[in-house]
Amino acid sequence: MSALTQNVLWRGTARVMGLVGIRGRTLVIAVPMLWLLLFFLVPFVVLGRISLAEPMIARPPYSPLWERGPDGSLQIIASLENYRFLLSDALYRNAYLSSIRIAVVSTVFALLIGYPIAYFIARSPEPRRSVLLLMVILPFWTSFLLRVYAWMGFLRREGVINNTLVGLGVIDEPLVLMQTDLAVYIGIVYTYLPFMILPLYANLVKLDSALLEAAGDLGASPMVTFFTVTLPLSLPGIVAGSMLVFIPAIGEYVIPALLGGPDTLMIGRVLWDEFFSSRDWPVASAVAIVMLFLVVAPIMWLQSVQNRRALD
Amino acid sequence: MSDSALAADTKPWRSAAARPFISIRNITKRFDDVTAVDDVSLDIYQGELFCLLGGSGCGKSTLLRMMAGFETPTAGQILIDGQDMAGVPADKRPTNMMFQSYALFPHMSVEKNVAYGLLREGKSRAEAYGRVAEMLKLVKLEAQARRKPHQLSGGQRQRVALARALVKQPKLLLLDEPLGALDKKLREETQFELIRIQETLGVTFIVVTHDQDEAMTLATRIGVMNEGVIRQIGEPREIYESPNSRYVADFIGSVNLFEGQVADTAAPIAVETGDLGVMQAQGSDGSVTAGQTVWLALRPERIALSRAEPAAKPGLNVLPGVVEDVAYMGHMSHFRVRLANGRMLRVTMSNRLHDEDPITWDEAVFASWAASAMRVLVE
Repeated sequence: MSALTQNVLWRGTARVMGLVGIRGRTLVIAVPMLWLLLFFLVPFVVLGRISLAEPMIARPPYSPLWERGPDGSLQIIASLENYRFLLSDALYRNAYLSSIRIAVVSTVFALLIGYPIAYFIARSPEPRRSVLLLMVILPFWTSFLLRVYAWMGFLRREGVINNTLVGLGVIDEPLVLMQTDLAVYIGIVYTYLPFMILPLYANLVKLDSALLEAAGDLGASPMVTFFTVTLPLSLPGIVAGSMLVFIPAIGEYVIPALLGGPDTLMIGRVLWDEFFSSRDWPVASAVAIVMLFLVVAPIMWLQSVQNRRALD
Repeated sequence: MSDSALAADTKPWRSAAARPFISIRNITKRFDDVTAVDDVSLDIYQGELFCLLGGSGCGKSTLLRMMAGFETPTAGQILIDGQDMAGVPADKRPTNMMFQSYALFPHMSVEKNVAYGLLREGKSRAEAYGRVAEMLKLVKLEAQARRKPHQLSGGQRQRVALARALVKQPKLLLLDEPLGALDKKLREETQFELIRIQETLGVTFIVVTHDQDEAMTLATRIGVMNEGVIRQIGEPREIYESPNSRYVADFIGSVNLFEGQVADTAAPIAVETGDLGVMQAQGSDGSVTAGQTVWLALRPERIALSRAEPAAKPGLNVLPGVVEDVAYMGHMSHFRVRLANGRMLRVTMSNRLHDEDPITWDEAVFASWAASAMRVLVE
């Protein structure tokens, strides 16, 4: 096909589509919109619909949305009973609170560990940086499950840590590390640390070293420079990194299941139990939707704060 | 007050008894195997506006950064007001720096930027912000006090950077290309503004620049740097009129250079230039020896062009030539005159008088200049 016919074809197509109100701009936006619609909004609506149903022994295991009454009229069956149940049962409340607590604590520790690492990489000479970044990303190349299992080898009663400490005579009795909240924190912080480091690094590497010199020149010690210049300017990186750790951590299932004890109550585990053990899909859906709002609310709030800052 | 006393007061570097305020002694800085600053010694006096002038990579910024404490000298000593700066970190030095990029804190308003240094000194907020207001008045930025740096124009940012560096009343202010980011017109206005502020506050300024016009306008003295070495230190007039080397003569302004051998060492010194014959040049007795290879520097504006051959006079150099090019600039005209041996002579003549019949292309002319207009350079 010659360039000319191609050109004519394109123009013709564009004109026809323009007549029905579709422009190039619309098309470009349409692709991601469709993606979100298909893979986010539709499942969300399905989940929302199930959360309003009643559990049944059937396939699928919940009541249909509508029913023909005996007189042939259409009856819509939807109730907020599942949500009322969630709020009334202490198990769910505790699971939510405990998930938030574990996610917050893990995020704080990931930040405390990740910030110095990101800072160090960003301040390293250029050729060394890519090597250090590679080392941060490298663990992703092995299976996540495998890495969590490896931690079991470290933390268990006869594990590496206990054997070493007993061998060195630091402790007499092995420590109980496995199946504790501590093990869950270690697992989550270890797994999600790169998600904290990478956005922090991306932010810190852009920091103009002249600003640090200027602060020093004006009489600020390195410590004061950090708290008055570096830290406030890296806030967007801190927010991005914290979100990337907090969000997966709050719904984490595998790590508490493998490393946590029977007392480690997290919403991901409750979700699993409801879906697969109790086969109570409606309650499980309600649990998922409430969690979604718990996660989305702080993000929306942060977004609005950042937008206001940007306008300022 | 006698004339010499006045000179010693405003130009302390002319007096041997004056005590320098900043002493740079045999400073060397090496980065790996690159020597950025090579055994530089320099004395700067209280209240001076000293310009370090040189092209990029000549070591001028490195020298400035060593004074500020951002770089550690490989060897040598820096004394500020008699105090050795070795081991004194940047935040403890009595210097402040104005950065080329200004390095304003983007998350702070103008007044917070300026107050930053005062608050680090432990000044109360009331006192600090009082001083900030005074300083913003001096740089005419009172109205922008609450703005963030990104809401300011380039010229305003430059003034914030200056105010922030000056508000701490440093003994020494270091300015790295202070006008480099401004456009030409603003730069010219700002030059005089900078001098006004420097004179108002009496702070010693060291300015790094690659712009010779800027250095000539601002400086009490200029240090010309090249490849880590200071080639010449002097007042702007001295640097221009009496360069000590071909490098300096060529770097500052425009110059005609002739190579030759000394024929007569008695003033005016006679130099045999081969094709162009013997030229007479200024030079003190005993500065050169007979037969020595020297270079003659001649500024274009010191040459006169005439259609008629000027009457021969002792100490007057005359060469015939043909006008190859004329560039009329309004206040002056630039000529390129081809000499008998084919080389071009650059001549600048001011258009001070209205000339009905100016010298133009392809005219045969005589270029003449006094021996006193020509400098003998030995390197």
